[in-house]
Amino acid sequence: MKLTLKIWRQKNANAQGTFESHQVEADEHMSFLEMLDVLNEDLVSQKKEPVSFEHDCREGICGTCNLVIDGRPHGPNQGTTTCQLHMRHFKNGDTITIEPWRANAFPIIKDLVVDRTAFDRIIQSGGYVAVNTGQAQDGNAIPIEKDQSGEAFDAATCIGCGACVAACPNASAMLFVSAKVSHLDLLPQGKVESAKRVQQMVNQMDAEGFGNCTNTGACEADCPKEIQLTNIARLNRLYTSSMFSTSKKY
Amino acid sequence: MIDLKSNVPEGELAEKWTKYRSTMNLVAPNNKRRIEVIVVGTGLAGAAAAATLGELGYQVKAFTFHDSPRRAHSIAAQGGINAAKNYQNDGDSIYRLFYDTIKGGDYRSREANVHRLAEVSRDIIDQCVAQGVPFAREYGGLLANRSFGGVQVSRTFYARGQTGQQLLIGAYQALARQINAGTVTMYNRHEMLDLVKIDGKARGIITRNLLTGEIEKHAAHCVVLGTGGYGNVFYLSTNAMNSNVTAAWRSVRRGALMANPCFTQIHPTCIPVSGEYQSKLTLMSESLRNDGRVWVPKKKEDAVAIQQRKKKGTDIPEEDRDYYLERRYPAFGNLVPRDVASRAAKVECDKGHGVSPTGLAVFLDFGAAIIRYGKSEANKTGVKNASHAKILELGEQVVEAKYGNLFEMYEKITGENPYKEPMKIYPAVHYTMGGLWVDYNLETNVSGLFALGEANFSDHGANRLGASALMQGLADGYFVIPYTIGQFLSKEIRTPMIDSNHEAFNEAAKSCKARIDKMFAINGNQSVESFHKRLGKIMWEYCGMARNAEGLNKGIKMIQELKAEYYSDVFVPGSNEEFNPELEKALRVADFLELGEVMMRDALNREESCGGHFREEYQTPEGEALRNDADFTYVAAWQWEEGQKEASLHKENLVFDNVELKTRSYK
Repeated sequence: MKLTLKIWRQKNANAQGTFESHQVEADEHMSFLEMLDVLNEDLVSQKKEPVSFEHDCREGICGTCNLVIDGRPHGPNQGTTTCQLHMRHFKNGDTITIEPWRANAFPIIKDLVVDRTAFDRIIQSGGYVAVNTGQAQDGNAIPIEKDQSGEAFDAATCIGCGACVAACPNASAMLFVSAKVSHLDLLPQGKVESAKRVQQMVNQMDAEGFGNCTNTGACEADCPKEIQLTNIARLNRLYTSSMFSTSKKY
Repeated sequence: MIDLKSNVPEGELAEKWTKYRSTMNLVAPNNKRRIEVIVVGTGLAGAAAAATLGELGYQVKAFTFHDSPRRAHSIAAQGGINAAKNYQNDGDSIYRLFYDTIKGGDYRSREANVHRLAEVSRDIIDQCVAQGVPFAREYGGLLANRSFGGVQVSRTFYARGQTGQQLLIGAYQALARQINAGTVTMYNRHEMLDLVKIDGKARGIITRNLLTGEIEKHAAHCVVLGTGGYGNVFYLSTNAMNSNVTAAWRSVRRGALMANPCFTQIHPTCIPVSGEYQSKLTLMSESLRNDGRVWVPKKKEDAVAIQQRKKKGTDIPEEDRDYYLERRYPAFGNLVPRDVASRAAKVECDKGHGVSPTGLAVFLDFGAAIIRYGKSEANKTGVKNASHAKILELGEQVVEAKYGNLFEMYEKITGENPYKEPMKIYPAVHYTMGGLWVDYNLETNVSGLFALGEANFSDHGANRLGASALMQGLADGYFVIPYTIGQFLSKEIRTPMIDSNHEAFNEAAKSCKARIDKMFAINGNQSVESFHKRLGKIMWEYCGMARNAEGLNKGIKMIQELKAEYYSDVFVPGSNEEFNPELEKALRVADFLELGEVMMRDALNREESCGGHFREEYQTPEGEALRNDADFTYVAAWQWEEGQKEASLHKENLVFDNVELKTRSYK
């Protein structure tokens, strides 16, 4: 199939960016990123600079790849990362627009590559259970109800890609933060520090410059791991109750 | 010949680690604060080590080339992690896990290291549960287990098909906590390009800042590598695109030894290659072999019809299917170890019974499991005289609960529905058992340089059992290095902070800069990627699932020619002083070209078949691997320092005091 790509090119964080058009010949069995590999091989063969984009595992789990395809983070398919999107979902003659994540808290590094270290700093602010290596009791000492554990797992499948932020008109990070808060709050091991954690993580999220949540639900619709909005509800509940239940504020 | 001392402590096998741990040298808390440790890599081994060393009070500097420590390829491990908990009451024990691992590795690993691994396996599960890793559970709320290849007990803990992700996030969060506490300084997007030695000891590294191109000097009292394996030398593998050997290989060029590099694991259940443009291969977890049955058509004409898309797998009647693993290995059936399953698939496809258009695929079929689970579910839920459709529906629900995300992944990539049609799978490069030579302390022959996880060679011999990579990475990082590093550092308490302006740092930084300048100066006509693909094809052809002396000699020559062509005709666009993924790849491929040659030399030297290393000249009449214990019960450790014309061989003889060397049989 023959495709026209309109790709965002930007030399560095401070440079002015622009869309650049390219023609590419693709096969329906290719992944979207393999289609971009073909383009880059072609550019390199003409001694031109290839398009910078990020990717690593190419099996939908590392959270590195991050393209806005025709206006949607990770493209048109539900529950699919960019690397898992295949060209059989496009037609011969299509024009495809490819942009980076756009959010103040994710500054552009080059072309389609952005800086997502804000997410790391949010986790560092409290997204963990404070347990040192070697202190643990037997793994079976505390039974955890199967469905509850499953719900914690569902929240824990977040890959930290940032699609929720890119999808949100406010560039809010609430889905990401609430997934971590929920994962740990739903388990007895994480429950202990729940009040402190939710306050610290929300504070850090605000400090990073992410926007507010106005319940548009765009994050859930574009999340490649289908993390649910109910996590945001849980975060709000935990945050509010922590303000009343602990005298200490973090 | 370098005298390779394994430094295995004296005493009974089962007591070595306990006794050693209680008597080894310690570093007092006030001294730990004055000692710096560099940890390279933030996968399971690296992140676990950095977090734990930080908790202990050392000043840790952690490095990753990723944009975040959470991206390391440990995250992609699917199936599970082994531990000798015996929660299932099925006869498991530390000794049994030890024995299975030694046997699975075809008697080419070090007894004491493997026993220690089995001992600490239980602590890992406890630690991970405490961190909030959501392992699968039973209705009673206790931890669930499943089986993996090469064993007859159920000792694998899992979190659906995303065990690696959950364990890595646990380690990443422990690391994040230490970064927050200030005990670990994190360097994202920094790639190690060289090791710095002062007076023979590892004292730092040179990194390239991948955003700015700056060549930086980082000093510490010692250096710990948790930088993973080198499967990407084959270009097509299940490794992530950026996984590379550079940190380990640059250490080899500074005097460390590369042990058993030819021991690579070809995983039997991967999605087959579909075209020339393919950039990587995707694994379908071994856990699928718990329920999936592997087969090819008995009749060649059926296989040909399937290859030409005239027939489908479901068109072949039961009596015309050859469940070759169940036929050849009745005791273990579909759950034979990976090397055995991969070779068997190759044998069937070489005979012309493959089931994809390229002829390079076999079926992994869930039809029988769906019906079995459907019937049992109908009974449990009281559905009387369930129709076939109802049984299929119920069965598919059970299979979905167990393997849902894997089935979804398969469908996304192939566009085929594995609930209705059997999966097509073929072996692919997955893991490397070889790695930097280390002693019992996980210290390389370079004093103060340690290697953990897949980056070292010590625990899996010639073949790794499923669900043991996660176990080893976390064992090394959480429970081994935090102790053994003290053996080195306790002698360093009087050493002041290492000065990164020492001439050794300047020399190393200069040589990195020169290597980069050289890449740009070539200004040839071929892309880095195209060379990498060609290298991969040579490796797969001559150093893949089956090897022989003639092919290996030819392969060595071809790699040398390819390397010469690389340094005369590669093209690297852009400049050093910017974000430049092409330059990153160019430096990595340069190292793969050298490693590839050493892998071939190692495979040529090892005139026997064992585990993943199958030399066609050495096989039994039934086509099974034929070991030569008299001549090859040793670790082949290769030295190829800068300035040395070609790699030279050193040996560590393996001593088996506790297990008897037998021919592996899974029949």
